[in-house]
Amino acid sequence: MRKGRAVYLGIAMTATLSVVAACGSSSSGGSPSTSATSSSSSSGLGNFSGQSFTVLGQWTGEEQAAFQNVLKGFDQATGAKAHYTAAAGGDEATVLGAKVNGGTPPDVATISLPGALAQYASAGKLVPVSAAGQQATADNFATEWATLGSYKGTLYGVPIDAANKSTIWYNTTAFSNAGISTPPTTWPALIQDAKTLSDSGVKVPISVGGGDGWTLTDWFENVYIRTAGLADYDKLTHHQIPWTDPSVTKALDTLKQIWGDPTLIGSASAALKVPFTGSVDNVFKANPTSAMVYEASFVASTITGDKDPAQVGTTAKFFGFPSIDGSAPVLEASGDFAVAFSKKPVVQAFLTYLASPQAAQELVSFSGSGFLSANKNLSTSAYPNATLGQLGQQLVSVGNNFRFDMSDQAPAAFGGTPNKGEWADLQSFLANGNVQQAEQALERDAKNATGWSS
Amino acid sequence: MSQAEGRSRARRSRRVTPPGARRWHAGVFLAPALILLLAIVLYPLAYSIVRSLFNDTPSGGAGSWVGLSNYKHLFTDSTTLRALKNNVIWVLVAPTVVTILGLIFAVLSERIRWATVFKTVLFMPMAISGLASAITFSLIYADQPSRGLANTVTVGIHDIFEGSSRYPGLHPRDASVLEGSDKSGFTTKAAVTPGAVVMLPLTGLDLTSPPSSTAQAVTPTAGTGVTGVVWNDFALGGGGTTGSVDHGERGLGGMTIQALSQGKVVATTKADADGDFSFPSLTSGSYELRLPASNFAAAFNGLSWLGPNLITPAIILAWLWIYAGFAMVLLAAGMSALPRDALEAARVDGATEWQVFRRVTAPLLAPVLLVVFVTLVINVLKVFDIVFVIEQSAGANGKYGDVLAVSLYQDFGDQQYGLASAIGVFLVLLVIPAVVSNIRRFRRDQQ
Repeated sequence: MRKGRAVYLGIAMTATLSVVAACGSSSSGGSPSTSATSSSSSSGLGNFSGQSFTVLGQWTGEEQAAFQNVLKGFDQATGAKAHYTAAAGGDEATVLGAKVNGGTPPDVATISLPGALAQYASAGKLVPVSAAGQQATADNFATEWATLGSYKGTLYGVPIDAANKSTIWYNTTAFSNAGISTPPTTWPALIQDAKTLSDSGVKVPISVGGGDGWTLTDWFENVYIRTAGLADYDKLTHHQIPWTDPSVTKALDTLKQIWGDPTLIGSASAALKVPFTGSVDNVFKANPTSAMVYEASFVASTITGDKDPAQVGTTAKFFGFPSIDGSAPVLEASGDFAVAFSKKPVVQAFLTYLASPQAAQELVSFSGSGFLSANKNLSTSAYPNATLGQLGQQLVSVGNNFRFDMSDQAPAAFGGTPNKGEWADLQSFLANGNVQQAEQALERDAKNATGWSS
Repeated sequence: MSQAEGRSRARRSRRVTPPGARRWHAGVFLAPALILLLAIVLYPLAYSIVRSLFNDTPSGGAGSWVGLSNYKHLFTDSTTLRALKNNVIWVLVAPTVVTILGLIFAVLSERIRWATVFKTVLFMPMAISGLASAITFSLIYADQPSRGLANTVTVGIHDIFEGSSRYPGLHPRDASVLEGSDKSGFTTKAAVTPGAVVMLPLTGLDLTSPPSSTAQAVTPTAGTGVTGVVWNDFALGGGGTTGSVDHGERGLGGMTIQALSQGKVVATTKADADGDFSFPSLTSGSYELRLPASNFAAAFNGLSWLGPNLITPAIILAWLWIYAGFAMVLLAAGMSALPRDALEAARVDGATEWQVFRRVTAPLLAPVLLVVFVTLVINVLKVFDIVFVIEQSAGANGKYGDVLAVSLYQDFGDQQYGLASAIGVFLVLLVIPAVVSNIRRFRRDQQ
C-alpha cells in the first residue's frame, strides 16, 4: 500500500467536497512560445504550441516539484502547457473517482493501483496509449511494467515512478557496535545478526511498524514471493488460490521465525502500536531503540523528512530483502502510471514523453523527492545520490523478476483499509502467531471482498 | 359558478386568512426549504434505503437485489458486531454519566462564588472543535510516559510504591550455563562447589550508555567459599570470546545473586561494579546460583489507554469532557427558571438541602433532564469524529474502539455502498425513538 493513503482517507472525506474546486491548480511554468519552435523538431513529439491539458496527481511538496520538472521538460520540447493539480488530501483515488463519475475527468491522471486502471479501462473511460507511446514503453521498460499498465492486452498506462519495496534499512552505528561488518544476505543470517544486535544491547533489533497494516502486508509479500515463487504470487494476487494454500502456510511459518520472537522484534503488542513513521524513527532517531527496519525505498525520504539525525548513505544504509532457501533475486515493487482520459494528440505525446529516458531523468534528478524510475535506459548517474542510484539500479537489473505490491492489487476492502481485511488479519497474526487462524481469517475476508481482478 | 357567487366566496376566504397570507404566498416562501429538504434529506434517505437492499459491483455500482442480506451482515460480521457492541456501551454509559455530571455541576454552580468562571471553564470544551479535542486526547493517551499525560501520572504514582529493576532485558549469553526466563529468574545448570570461580555471562546491556553501576569486569581469583563474576559478555563493537571476560565487557554491579541448596535459598549477595561476587560462608556442599527475576523486571510503562480493553472507556472519557459543560449549561438554565418560592417554602418548612434537591428541584427539573438526556442519546448514537481521530493514534488497536458510524465510513471508503447504506439506515432507525420522544415532549409542553 502506498504510504499516506490510509492516513489521509479521513481528511479526504470532508476535504474532497469543499476543497476540490478551490484546490490550487498550478501551471507547470515557462511560457509556451519561447522555446517551442527551437526544440519541438528535435524531440520528435510534434509541435503543440499553445495547447494545454490537465494532469491530476497525488503528489505535493518535493514530489510535486519533481513531477512538474518533467512537465516543464515536455512544455519546452513541444510548446504545450500542462496544468498539474494535486488531489486534495492526497487521496487521489477518491478525487479521481468523483471527477470521472461526475463527467469531468482530467486529461491525464496518475494511478498507483493497477486494479483502478483496469476498472477505468473496463468501463471504457480510458484512451489507449498511442503506437508511439507503446513503442517508447517497450523500448524503455521491462515487459512486466507494460503488462501492469495494460488491460486485456491493450496498454493504457505508462509507468512514471517506481518504488523498490524489498529493502531493509539499518543504522550503521548499531551494526558496528555489534561488530557486524557486512549486512545479511540470507534469512538465517538476518535472524542471526538480529540476535547479535540484541546481545549488543539493542532492545528491539528489528523495528516492525505493525500499527500500520500495510507494512505487514509488505513483509508478508516479500517472504511469499521468495518462498512460493512468482507463479504462486500471481495466483494469490488474483485470489486464484485460497489463502489456506500450503504455500501461504510456508510463508507464514517463515515469517513467524522473526515475528514470533520477542528477542528480535520486541513485544508484539508494542509493535502493533508503532506506525510506519515511528518504526523508521526508532532506528534512526538520536537514541535509537532499534537497529533495522524493513520497508520500501521511501524510507529514505522518511529519514530526511522526519529530520532524524542519521544521514542516508552514511549512517542510514539499506540491504536487499534477504534470500530465503536460496531463492533467486526478486523484488517487490510499486509505482504510478499515467493514464489518458482524453483523445487530444498532445496528451498522447505527453504519455510518449513520460516513457522516455529524458523524462525519467527529469523526474529522478530532482533532489528531495526520492523518486526512482524503472526506465532501463536511464543512467544511474542521473540520481542525486548514490543510495537512490543503487535503489534504482536494482529495479532495472531485476528485469521481469519483480512483482507489484499484492495488497495494492486487491480490492480495497481486503488490501487497503486500516484495521480491516488483510491488514487486520496480519496484525492479529503478529499478535498471536496462529498460522491456521490467520489463514482462515484471510480467506474469509478475501471471499467477502468483491472485485478481484483477473 | 356565477360571478357574484365567486366574488362572495373570495370575500369569505379573505375574511378567514390573515391579510397578505394567501396560500400561494406560503408556498413560495416554503419552497426553497422544501426543495432543499427533499434534495438533501428525503431523497438521500430514500435512496439509502433502496441502496441497502442491493449488493455492490467492483466499481461501487449497485449490483443485484439481495434483500436484507446487508442487514444480516451487519449482525453477523465480527467487525460490525464489535462496533454495535461499542455503540451499546456508549449509549448505556455516556448520556447517563454526562447528565448526572451536568446536574451536579449545575447545582454546584448555584452554590459557589466565581460561578461564571466555573461555568465558562466547563463549557469551554464545547467551543473547541471535536477534531482538536480528539487530537488533544490522543496526545494525553500516548503510550510513552514521556509524552502522554495519562501515563506520566500513572507511572509517577506507580513508582512511588514500587521502583523499577536495574537490568531489564538482559538475558544469558549461553543457554548451557544459565537457564530460565526473565519471569522466573536464571539458574545455573551445573552444580557449583566451594572453591570454584563461577562465570555468569549475560548480554543485552545498552552499551552506548551503560549504567553507572557497571565497570570493566574482572575475573576474580578463587577464595574461600563460592566466588564468581556476573558480567555483560559483549563489548562495544563485538569480538571477544564467549564465556570469558574480555576488554570492554562490563560487570553488572548491584545484581542480586542467590545461592540455592535443594531448591532453598541459603545465601544472598550482590555483585560489585566489576561484577565480582562471593559467598564466603558456603564452604561445603553443592549449590545452584540463581539470578532472581527482580533483577530483570521491565520498567512499568503505564497503561495501554488505547489498547483493546481501555480504548472505548478512554474515548468516552474524552467525550464526557466535551459534553459535561453542555449538559451543565442547559440544566443551569432550567434551574434558573424554577419557581424560587417552592424552594424557599421547602427550606422554611425545615427541609435539608438534600431533601430540597430530591423532592423539589429534581422533579421540577425532570422535563429539562429528559430533553438533555435524549439529545445526548441521539448525539452518542451517531458519534464519529472523536472516535475516528483518536483511533488513528491507536495503531492496530484502533478497531477495538469502532462504533457504527466509523464502520459506515470505512465501508463507504471501500466502495461497499450497500453495506454502508444498511448501517446508515439502521442508525436512523435507532435514532427515531429518541427523536419521537423529544417531539412528543415539545408538543405536550406547547399544550
